[in-house]
Formats: sequence, C-alpha cells, structure tokens
Amino acid sequence: MFNGDKFRKKMKIYLDNAATTKVDKKVIEKIEQVFLENYGNPSSKHSFGQRARSLIDKTREIISKKINCDPSEIIFTSGGTESDNLALNILEKGDHLIISEIEHPAIFNKALDLEKSGVEVTYLKVDKDGFVIGLEDAIKKNTKLVSIMHANNEVGTIQDLEKIGEICSKNKIIFHSDCVQTFNKEEIDVKKMNLSMISGSSHKIHGPKGIGFLYCNKKVKLRPLILGGGQELKIRNGTENVSGIVGFGEAINLNSETDLIKKLRDYFIYEIEKNIENVKLNGSRLKRLANNINFSFKRVEGEAILMSLDLENIYVSTGSACSSKNLKASRVLLAMGLDHATAHGSIRFSLSKYNTKKEIDVVVEKLKIIIKRLRRMSAL
Amino acid sequence: MTYSKEVIERFQHPKYVGNMKDADVVGKVGNPVCGDVMEIMLKVKDKVILDAKVKTFGCVAAISTSDVVCELSIGKTLDEAIKISKEDVVRELESLPGQKIHCSLLAIDALHKAIKKYKENFCR
Repeated sequence: MFNGDKFRKKMKIYLDNAATTKVDKKVIEKIEQVFLENYGNPSSKHSFGQRARSLIDKTREIISKKINCDPSEIIFTSGGTESDNLALNILEKGDHLIISEIEHPAIFNKALDLEKSGVEVTYLKVDKDGFVIGLEDAIKKNTKLVSIMHANNEVGTIQDLEKIGEICSKNKIIFHSDCVQTFNKEEIDVKKMNLSMISGSSHKIHGPKGIGFLYCNKKVKLRPLILGGGQELKIRNGTENVSGIVGFGEAINLNSETDLIKKLRDYFIYEIEKNIENVKLNGSRLKRLANNINFSFKRVEGEAILMSLDLENIYVSTGSACSSKNLKASRVLLAMGLDHATAHGSIRFSLSKYNTKKEIDVVVEKLKIIIKRLRRMSAL
Repeated sequence: MTYSKEVIERFQHPKYVGNMKDADVVGKVGNPVCGDVMEIMLKVKDKVILDAKVKTFGCVAAISTSDVVCELSIGKTLDEAIKISKEDVVRELESLPGQKIHCSLLAIDALHKAIKKYKENFCR
C-alpha cells in the first residue's frame, strides 16, 4: 500500500515562486544546444557568430510581440535589477522623479542614491490595498520620469498602468514600470498603457537567472551603466548572454498556465480563511497577481512561521524584520497602513505551474498546527 | 542566515514556554515595532528562583533564547540569576547568528525586569 506519511516527509513544497522559479526542462534543452552547438559570439562577422546573433534576435522578437513594441526597442540586461537601474539612469541633477513607497529595492534604493546626486524624488503613498495614490498632485514642471511597478512583489497588488500611463502621457512625462512580476503573466501593451520603458526578468517565468530586458521607447535616450564594445545599441555593453537569452525566449513560449494558477491561489486563500482564525489577506483581493498569496497571522511572527514550515520542507517567504538585516518590518506592509505586529506576522506564498491542490492541502494542514502552537507561545 | 541545531531544537521543543498561574512576579519587555515581546514569569522562594516560564512573540531566536534564560535562572538565587549574560545564553545554543544576539539580550532584560520588580515588592 502507498504510504502517504512517508511520502509527505520527503515531499518538498516550493511556494516561493515570486523569488525565483524552477527552470523548465524545455528551456534547459535549448540552453544546452547553445552551449554545445551555437556558442559563437554575436559580434563576430562570420556565419557562426551571425547564427548566434539571429538566435538572440529571435527572443527580441518574441518579447516585442508580447508587449507590442519594435524588436529594436528591447535591450537585454542581467536581470530586473539592472533594467530598473538603467531606466532610472536617464535622470540628472535637477530632474524630478516620482516613484511609489512600495517599489522593489531595485527602484527604491536607486532613487535614494539619485537623491544624493541632486535628483528630486517624490515617494507616492498607497492605499490599504496597495494602490498608488496622488500621482497627479505630485507632478511638477521638472518631473521627467514616473516609475511605478506593475504588480507588487510582496502583496501582489496590480496597479492600473493604463490610467497612470494616461496621466504621464498628458503631462509629457516618461513612464517606466517594473514588470518583473507580471511579464508573461499579465497582459502588457506598452502602446495602450503609454509605457516608455519596462523591466522584465527571465527567472520568474521558469527561465534561467542572470537575464532580463529593458524595453525602451526609441524617443527616450538611455545612458549606459556599463561601457565597452558597443553591444545592445551601445547601451548594454559586453558580450551578450546568448544561452540566457535563448532560454528566456523559450520560457516565454511555454504555456504560463495563469488560469490554473489563479484557481489554485483562490483555493489556497479560501482554505486559509476557512481553517485559521485571525488572519488578514494583504493586498488587493481582486486585482492580484495570479500566483500571490500574502497573509498576516495575528499574534505570531513571520520568521517563526517560515522556519516551522521549512522544517516541514515547505518553502515560503516573509516580509518580517527578523529575517532581514535591518530589523524593520516590511516597508511595503507599513506603507499600506498595517500596524507593526501585523506586518511582522506576514507570510508570502507564491505559486507556479508545478504546484498542486494536494500540496496546498498539506500546507494548510501544517499551517493550522504551526499557527496554533506559536499562538500558544505568544506574549501578545 | 542559518541557525544551529540547538537553536532549532529549542524552538521546536521549548521546555519553559507557557503560562504560570501562581507566578510571584512577571517581567515583560519588548515592543511589537521590533517584532519581539517577551514575558518571563517567576516563582520565587527565599530569594531562590524555583520555577520560570516564558511567553514570547518573536522570531526563532527570540523563542529559543527566552527558553534558555528560563532554564539558566531556575535554581539560582536572585543575585546569581541577575548575572546571567548573553554569552551564557549563546553558549547553551552553541551559536547564534550575529544579527540575532539582541534577542538574547532581550530575554535577559525580561529576567532583569522580573527580578528587579520582585526585589522592589518583596525584599525591602
């Protein structure tokens, strides 16, 4: 007879897909082919090099079709962080930048750094669900760039980019969006949304790490972060990551299974709310990333939950201070108005196409026990 | 950040976490802003700590260190218990990640608060 308990003990349940994902086997096959057969340098004039060139241009085309832009407007980078930094690098002393309080550190910390070199920065507040507020009032004469993420990586709230784009377009402001969590998952149309720049990443969609892109409208003049041999329109110098780019392209072509994941997400949310008392779903219930579940478990601390789950081979993430170095609760959750104790008790579960309903059942069962135990120990 | 086996063992099977109905004194420290709140309860007779229990809202390290502080304090006189140091706590746990040392300090703070309160109330 099948021994369920034994199976469970060995079963690893990975629910941290907003951090990174398992690379799809089909992607690995393509990458291997590049390493072994098409290893030429795209800058080489010979046909062997040009074959590599055509491979990276193929991915450029796949991306451009996905987001409705020209292939020549795609610049490959090392990932989301570099793309974000590159986008904000158009700013100079005296320019005004608008971002939100819940941006990813790749934008947030770059903005803090730009402030030191004389760029004026406004940090827009968000409402209790994480939607950005007050953009129009924040616009000034010298506002050059607005950068608002498409979906928040912690709580999954999806912003209305079309509306933000309209405001930016009306005021002739460049609009960038960090789309790392949404690219290939949610619809992105740079023309419809008036986007001048977006950042995307491969390893969030079952592609390899170390590769991403920045879409940049032809009219926007970028300033390179890395100088060298003139690759990627002289914006991103250095030999292209051909295998990564090819793998990225293959990952985009795979079925993203968004509808299935969404169903699993809703089931998970329903089961947690049904089985565990005093929980709070963080982020918007309706305009939410297909794979994001973020709950605060009142009276318990996030890292204690994370470690308890880890001991059951269940891998999640927390916005809790105790797992980070600065010992402050999640900036994102505090910006959304959560009190400190509730913010400290937050756990993010993020799904992928590899997760199953059975796994969710196991996790909810374990969670029930863990939360009960930690609450019994709690001084709150 | 990795925890030692001892820290995880304590976290999974704490010996002194819970309630004490007939506690002589309670020391509560911490702040939800920092993510740690601890409450140490003591049973004291003739200036000797007979029993200790703790309730902790906090991370793995907070729960483990507060449990160790209870263990170390039992059987000690109030004056001996007040000398328990963070080094003593860390030693019991083999090691503690650098940024978690403050947790052991918090547990000691809770013990100090309880002892001070007891002395004020009963040892005049």
